[in-house]
Amino acid sequence: MTTSVVVTGLGIAAPNGLGTREYWEATRNGKNGIGRVTRFDPSSYPSTLAGEVPGFVAEDHLPSRLLPQTDRMTRMALVATDWALQDADIDPAELPAYDMGVVTASSSGGFEFGQNELQKLWSQGSQYVSAYQSFAWFYAVNSGQISIRNGMKGPSGVIVSDEAGGLDAVAHGRRLIRKGTPVVVSGSIDASICPWGWVAQQAAGRLTRSTEPTRAYLPFDAEASGYVPGEGGAILIMESAESARERGARVYGEISGYGSTFDPKPGSGREPALRKAIELALADADLTPGDIDVVFADAAGVPELDRIEAEALTAVFGARGVPVTAPKTMTGRLYSGAGPLDIASALLAFEEGLIPPTVHVTADDDYALDLVVDRPRQAPLRAALVVARGYGGFNSAVVVRAAG
Amino acid sequence: MTGRRVVITGIEVLAPGGVGRENFWNLLSEGRTATRGITFFDPAPYRSKVAAEMDFDPEAHGLTPHEIRRMDRAAQFAVVAARGAVADSGIELQAYDPYRVGVTIGSAVGATMGLDEEYKVVSDGGRLHLVDHEYAVPHLYNYLVPSSFAAEVAWDAGAQGPSTVVSTGCTSGIDSVGHAVELIREGTADVMIAGSSDAPISPITMACFDAIKATTPRYDAPESASRPFDGTRNGFVLGEGAAVFVLEELEHARKRGAHIYAEIAGYATRSNAYHMTGLRPDGAEMAEAIDTALAEARMNPTAIDYINAHGSGTKQNDRHETAAFKRSLGEHAYRTPVSSIKSMVGHSLGAIGSIEIAASALAMEHNVVPPTANLHTPDPECDLDYVPLVAREQLTDAVLTVGSGFGGFQSAMVLARPERSVA
Repeated sequence: MTTSVVVTGLGIAAPNGLGTREYWEATRNGKNGIGRVTRFDPSSYPSTLAGEVPGFVAEDHLPSRLLPQTDRMTRMALVATDWALQDADIDPAELPAYDMGVVTASSSGGFEFGQNELQKLWSQGSQYVSAYQSFAWFYAVNSGQISIRNGMKGPSGVIVSDEAGGLDAVAHGRRLIRKGTPVVVSGSIDASICPWGWVAQQAAGRLTRSTEPTRAYLPFDAEASGYVPGEGGAILIMESAESARERGARVYGEISGYGSTFDPKPGSGREPALRKAIELALADADLTPGDIDVVFADAAGVPELDRIEAEALTAVFGARGVPVTAPKTMTGRLYSGAGPLDIASALLAFEEGLIPPTVHVTADDDYALDLVVDRPRQAPLRAALVVARGYGGFNSAVVVRAAG
Repeated sequence: MTGRRVVITGIEVLAPGGVGRENFWNLLSEGRTATRGITFFDPAPYRSKVAAEMDFDPEAHGLTPHEIRRMDRAAQFAVVAARGAVADSGIELQAYDPYRVGVTIGSAVGATMGLDEEYKVVSDGGRLHLVDHEYAVPHLYNYLVPSSFAAEVAWDAGAQGPSTVVSTGCTSGIDSVGHAVELIREGTADVMIAGSSDAPISPITMACFDAIKATTPRYDAPESASRPFDGTRNGFVLGEGAAVFVLEELEHARKRGAHIYAEIAGYATRSNAYHMTGLRPDGAEMAEAIDTALAEARMNPTAIDYINAHGSGTKQNDRHETAAFKRSLGEHAYRTPVSSIKSMVGHSLGAIGSIEIAASALAMEHNVVPPTANLHTPDPECDLDYVPLVAREQLTDAVLTVGSGFGGFQSAMVLARPERSVA
């Protein structure tokens, strides 16, 4: 019998809400978190909108010694981990150190920290580069800092597969629990909203140039023009069902299926691999398409990619065969933070029996999706599929089931 | 547990002084070193001025001008090494279900070299903080996200199974391969192209290691600057390179008559939860990783014939892992040859773990233990047999290789012969 792996704690930092309660209140009500970039002056760039996390003051949550050595995304990850542990009612000091592991994802590391040090290097000279550069930028920083802050010595990991990475990290966390580590901190908080990160993101040619926050990121809409990038994500506390039961923990739900594939090289003429990832996740969860009550879509906002996703979903579920939603239309795309945040949304949706809406979008009938737009939809929810795709061809899908 | 076992059937290594599997092994077995004064940029302003640079011509290795343009140097290494490993394994990947063939590439610092060069341009030499996008290379996104390394390898090999970059700092090279092993064992994939690549010899990397005095300031004799376990060691020497493997399920490999280098019999990683760069001298967490890897391999510590050490050449590392070996292997640690190939090829961050797995597998292949070069002065705190200067012929049926890195990660892997009797 394979070990069941459940989620018992959530820590959320999202552009439309900081903290689980605020985020869910915003998300169920369709509150937009996209606006003009405030962290630098975007006026010289073709794209000017982002989803920035509001009201996060690191000094309120973290000791001052951690501030000079951490990027913003690491600070948010540390605080979200604190919240998730509190939510799970886990005091890591009370558990054996080797019984706790950490697996996070990252897309681009502490990129803003990296820009500031590159700036010093090229404007002032190598001797001005911070001693912390050696570990504040690299992709492993959040797993390392979380393990240190919480005394977690068990197996850890760091997964980088662009926007698909967050789901891959959660799946790897599940793997570690099945191999015997009772508690794993997983998920991701991601960000690279700085001029350097902005220019690098623009280079892929997928950012919208729209300047209207409510008309900018429109997946599955005939007016889709690209996506709005954002920052944030979710940290999840994952446990074996047994560990959760033994300590009487509140269980949000189970991570019950996962599939991961890679697309064929562009121009090969072969079928995109997203459908296969979804089928693998369903098979892994031992569910049929009819068991899925809602899909949290990747929702690229790029017509060609929306088409691929819609075709995969209709191939698996039939035309308009399952409610599909993209709450990320309120936050922008959070890179590796997106998948874990969608898992958190699915778990919160289960609790309330309510599918959060896709906002600002007029669904294009050609996609043949039952897109939940504008208003939340009440429905009994037992199982959700979460889809995420990373640049270059990474496809991941996770099946989440309600507790009990 | 499906009982599936995983073996290495293809190896390719790109290392300083040893581009290609055979050149690499010749360098190691002859105890030559590839460290030199930095030539990639003017090292004059830096505290550390040496590195293990690789002479690598991407065109000579078959990359097209488009491939060269869109890939950072480390991605180029990864693709070339992956092609070499697939060729070495003799596997015909087209004959497989592409969804059962996956890719894991480890990298600690991704496209640092490309990012460093590009930043200099878009910031106009540091004049602009609001950097100018009109001067950016078209493939800058591939530098932003090192996942592009795995994407390039997967495209090139036609792999459509689980593909990712594993980035756990300086243990990435072990963890990437360990991750691939788990995917085959659990039944998610049948064949994995797994390894790691890093090309960190750039001004920003040199500057950040200068700032914490992690790299050696020694410059009197660049060719002997990397001195693991030596009493005069004073920091590591930055390197670059890649190693990639073809991994297969054992019966699958036997059925197709593949040459089997070694079984990856055990793997584990632990965190010290102590400090992003510091190590406690007792080596407890590394020892825990070693114990777990041995248990997974169902091997006694006394079965280990050779330890391929992390051996970075910093004061704290070499002491730390010497303690870990003693904790895990007890008296057997004193009887087991231990060596660090970083003395010859430098420390290529996320790549070195895979390069060291390759060295371990080749040590088994040749029954030769590579030496620790530049080891002349004993250190009372490092009192094991570090195979100074000269390679040693000895029957080598099982190897322990370890890594330790920033973030506190400690990883261990056990390689053994698949036909061994399992305890």
